Amino acid sequence: MSSLLNPNRPPVFCPGCTHDQVVHAVDQALQLLGKRGEEVAIVSDIGCSGLFDTFFNTHAFHGLHGRALTYATGLKMARPELTVLVVMGDGGLGIGGAHLLASCRRNLDLTLLVLNNFNYGMTGGQCSPTTPAEAVTSSAFLNTLERPLDLCQVVETAGASYVGRALGMDKRLPGTIAEAIQFKGFAVLDIWAVCPGRYAKKNRSGASSLEAQQSQLPAAPGVVPSNVRPEYQEAYASAAAGLSPEKRVATVECDHRAPVESRQEILLLGAAGQFVNTVGELLCLAGMSGGLQASLKSDYPITVLRGHSICEVVLDPRQVGYTGLSQPGVVLAIGREGVARKSALLSALPEEAVIYADSALELPSTAARVESLACDRLGIAKNEKALALLSHMAAKGEVITVAMLAAALPLRYSGKLLDKAEALMSRVIENQ
Amino acid sequence: MAYSFLDGNEAVARGAVDAGCQFFAGYPITPATSIYQKMLELLPPLGGICLQGEDEIASIGFCLGAAMAGWPAMTATSGPGISLYSEQLSFAIGGEIPLVVIDVQRLGPSTGSATKGADGDIQFLRWNSSGGLPVVVLAPVDVKDCYQLTRQAFAIASHYRIPVFLASNKEIGLTKESVLLDREAFQPCVQPGPLAQGDSLPFTPLPGTQVPALIPMGGKQLSRQTSSSHGEDGYITTSAQEIAKVVRRLKDKVSRDTNALSFYDYDGSGSESLLLISYGVTSRAARVAVAQLRQQGESIAHLILKTLYPVPESAILQALAGKKRVVVVEMNLGQYVEEIRRLAGSLEVHFYGQMDGELINPETIIREVRS
Repeated sequence: MSSLLNPNRPPVFCPGCTHDQVVHAVDQALQLLGKRGEEVAIVSDIGCSGLFDTFFNTHAFHGLHGRALTYATGLKMARPELTVLVVMGDGGLGIGGAHLLASCRRNLDLTLLVLNNFNYGMTGGQCSPTTPAEAVTSSAFLNTLERPLDLCQVVETAGASYVGRALGMDKRLPGTIAEAIQFKGFAVLDIWAVCPGRYAKKNRSGASSLEAQQSQLPAAPGVVPSNVRPEYQEAYASAAAGLSPEKRVATVECDHRAPVESRQEILLLGAAGQFVNTVGELLCLAGMSGGLQASLKSDYPITVLRGHSICEVVLDPRQVGYTGLSQPGVVLAIGREGVARKSALLSALPEEAVIYADSALELPSTAARVESLACDRLGIAKNEKALALLSHMAAKGEVITVAMLAAALPLRYSGKLLDKAEALMSRVIENQ
Repeated sequence: MAYSFLDGNEAVARGAVDAGCQFFAGYPITPATSIYQKMLELLPPLGGICLQGEDEIASIGFCLGAAMAGWPAMTATSGPGISLYSEQLSFAIGGEIPLVVIDVQRLGPSTGSATKGADGDIQFLRWNSSGGLPVVVLAPVDVKDCYQLTRQAFAIASHYRIPVFLASNKEIGLTKESVLLDREAFQPCVQPGPLAQGDSLPFTPLPGTQVPALIPMGGKQLSRQTSSSHGEDGYITTSAQEIAKVVRRLKDKVSRDTNALSFYDYDGSGSESLLLISYGVTSRAARVAVAQLRQQGESIAHLILKTLYPVPESAILQALAGKKRVVVVEMNLGQYVEEIRRLAGSLEVHFYGQMDGELINPETIIREVRS
């Protein structure tokens, strides 16, 4: 297999920079694997290592600092047959920490080469997440205050299934890189490099020094048996294959005639956990089965299962214009929190308005007509009150009829839930 | 004619799938989360990919990778997520990567109120990139627009190779209404961009156009993408001449096609003395206000803008012609009104803005028109 290097664009690193040797090692690794240029994508980050993609005749994606793994992930998911090689420095490793950890969790078949020269070379030698505390860098005293991270330890703990550490100048590097690429899963190589332009000017960090330091560390495992597991893209495709395609967008048949000549505004006031939203939807579906247009919007706080839950419904024989309620003609008083929040509105209702209320609720004094439903006496649970009051309203034939509500229930519920809903509706209607 | 009952977010998802979207990635955020949930339901069984990124920066990054592979891609978020997208958006603009971005706006600033609506990101969507080169921003009024404009967004993103935004709003995204989606009747305003055949350079525009054909990454032809200033060959360049040529083309490819991209509704005969301008959900209240004002004898026209950027200057100037007074209403404290003032010249522009998490109601608009 011939070289994938572009002879018109030789590496432009500082004389003595290890990145130069790594470029050649990558090329040799790809040749060892018999890869053609169009079978490979090099995704690079920012900095000196970010120049990598320009030296190769392969697909090339040079993106933002720290984000190389994000493009690589999208690319590999869309083109699983592509060999995707991600190259970044210890700089990209830092800024892209979240993406590194997520990639370790995912186990997508990417190969990450971290060209680790213990500083940010291109911007003038500032400290990086791997800079030893005692090093002298352009960040003055700042790196003395921090502990560097051990990339191999971090990625192994986070779930990377192949973890290697190497020296950029090692003659065995092509084989190591080839092995990492061949490995099916997320493979990380921590490749130590000399930075003659910056770091090495102030710190003993030549080849022999790096070699000595590496030998002090426990050897990186290569394949991590406890992390070996299904590759992400294959597992994803397998999970998706088991999913059934979605049905068409549901439509509502109009088999009834709503007792409505003009725009109706209905306000549902309840608490979280009372299915106010669901019942608001049922009201709309009921309206639609009677030939009305409908809109529904909700007001609730950010908490879950706590606080108010309020729905504003508009039913109109013509198009719904404004979706807010100017002057609700009907109110369903379902729960205390919702009632409290709209207390002023309730007090100001005119006598033409009607409130369908749970008799247990305390309402502010109002001119509106109140149609109470003794929910507690009927054994209606807190999370059933909304449907009960809607049934109560339908029984009165106001805005919707029982037939319209009955047509709506199977559009929203099925199986046991539908049986329960129908039984509840019947119970309320029978007890009018 | 059987109606469907769905909210703006579901309509966006339906529009995306019908437009051929194959890739979605997003991070849950109120009030946009249900777009992600719906795409997660719809895409994988169809052979598409839906991912939950570790954050928004990852999500949009995944989309850019997939888009360069030739897969139509979309992401959805709210204001805080648009903030996180910024750098990747600059990359998408410079790298000419097609992408659809839905912003279901919520009340800001910052975390603000997750469950309340606003149109506070209007200028943000246009100017959220270093370099300020054009993007397209569309503004749906209702659930049907969410469907139609999302489909248009995919056609536009592909044709021009740019990010296209939908400025939705909690008040549209999470409002359910009865709607006829008119799926079969849809007509894209432009054709999708072609994929490269043969030996083209990554950033050489097709003859007679301003847009290069996308070389799908992973195909037989080598594809090159970079966030650095680049020439037509996709390599980093330091040549001022090459750079000037490229950025000029990035500007012109959108600005020269403004009319083809101008979606709007104009309700008027041209002889009215008053003009009301609105966009987004406020247009619903505006329509009600206009109907009532006309009943009371007012001579008033109504322009609803559905394309915000590039600014539909021809349509706006035409609407402004012959008017004595213009009223602009926005669910923010004055953003798009600046574009109107710029075009209105000496014509009086009265602005009403409201950014409190509540809809602007018809009565308020009537009051402001009368004031």
